[in-house]
Amino acid sequence: MSLIEALPIALLGALLGLDVVSFPQAMISRPIVAATLAGAFIGHPPAGLLIGVVLELIALDTLPFGASRYPEWGSAGVVGGALFAAQPPGMPGALPASLLAALLTASVSGWSMVVLRRVIAGRLERTRDSIETGSRDALLSLHLSGMTLDLLRAALVTMVGMIVFSPLVRAIVAIWGSESAPSRAVVVVIAAIVAGGALWKVFHSIRRVVWLFLGGLLASTLLLVMG
Amino acid sequence: MTNPTTPEFSLPFRVKAAMYLRLLALQGSWNYETLLGTGIGFVMEPALRYLPGGVDGPRYRAALARESRYFNAHPYLAGIAVGALTRAELDGVDPVRIERFRTALAGPLGSVGDRLVWASWLPFCSLVALCVYGAGGSPVEVVGTFLLLYNVGHFLLRAWGLRTGLSRGLNVASALGNPVLRQGPHYIGSAAAVVAGLALPLALQRVVGPGRVLAGGIIVAALLGILLLARLHERAEGWRIALGVLAIFVLYSVLT
Repeated sequence: MSLIEALPIALLGALLGLDVVSFPQAMISRPIVAATLAGAFIGHPPAGLLIGVVLELIALDTLPFGASRYPEWGSAGVVGGALFAAQPPGMPGALPASLLAALLTASVSGWSMVVLRRVIAGRLERTRDSIETGSRDALLSLHLSGMTLDLLRAALVTMVGMIVFSPLVRAIVAIWGSESAPSRAVVVVIAAIVAGGALWKVFHSIRRVVWLFLGGLLASTLLLVMG
Repeated sequence: MTNPTTPEFSLPFRVKAAMYLRLLALQGSWNYETLLGTGIGFVMEPALRYLPGGVDGPRYRAALARESRYFNAHPYLAGIAVGALTRAELDGVDPVRIERFRTALAGPLGSVGDRLVWASWLPFCSLVALCVYGAGGSPVEVVGTFLLLYNVGHFLLRAWGLRTGLSRGLNVASALGNPVLRQGPHYIGSAAAVVAGLALPLALQRVVGPGRVLAGGIIVAALLGILLLARLHERAEGWRIALGVLAIFVLYSVLT
């Protein structure tokens, strides 16, 4: 993938990456949204939605509490959605390979957010005297440059992710050895385990939570059996 | 102009609207030194212009400097602090009292918001969207459901926080006793447990693909994995385990 080809996807990644922390935190950066939008960009929204659902299940494990370090799912969702939607339908390795690329992007992008926050702290240190005297210009400059840098960070991560992983995923899909059904099954098991563990971590203290979950499970089982 | 030092002083609508819009960009300069601090100053700035002397006056500069120092809160509930601090500054409250108030308010606003939004509302909305997907929803329906549902709560919570802070000033602490903030996580969590039971099998069934049923092996493996992860509790990060297992599987599938 060339720079020009990756540019529209990078712009989408920039906007959604900005949503994670800086503006407006409306959760358009959640993978179920980001991957679907990226799939739509490529011309295949259902494919984007499919990998977005798998990423969303995994993302339930990393809720953005306070100052904790967590993966950045906005850019990662865009990379995963675009990569998966670009593969020919029915290729058994497409989902695992695209998912792996998305998770690696999420990890790198999470690290890039830590770097950005240190850069902003450095800029704050240099303008501290002005801000301590109540300089409006210094404060606005710090704030707006922080948002601009975040936008650029997300664009860069998405661009690099697409350029690095696009040929890699294509190559993996071409020489994939496992069959289609087991490939999907492994992805489903991984996503189910991570989502189940994450939900238990978050909701285990709620009274009768297991019974409530089992009630829902019973209803879905009936729906599946009847459907 | 109304005397800003009287309690009856009310900010014009356009200033409140500007503060609300800036509230959406509250974390634009988030950093490990002052956390939300500079963001709080950024959001309050349009209102501080109404202090005597305007943007060149000493009260404006002192207030802007004070409000840009270290502060932490959940971003959606920070509006309570922004509103209350704005009111205090405009009412001419003693700066020492304002500093004490900032320190006291930060902790509760963080923990209450984390429990209500990150640990309840967000996973609930995700699970509802996954349920819509499992029920056969189109991309527009799934994404639309998630964004609409989530953001009704999100934007209302920010607006309520700012309004409450501006109207109550330093007496805002009682707002944290609001039933939605106290009981919300419990009720939303209970609803999320039911939706999780519904959503997970349906969504995973659709991911596996048409014409195939969820094989017993998948269910057993998933249940065993969930039990193991639940036992590990805080010691294991599920997404890192997923990354490792997936990398091994991809390598295996490429090399065999």
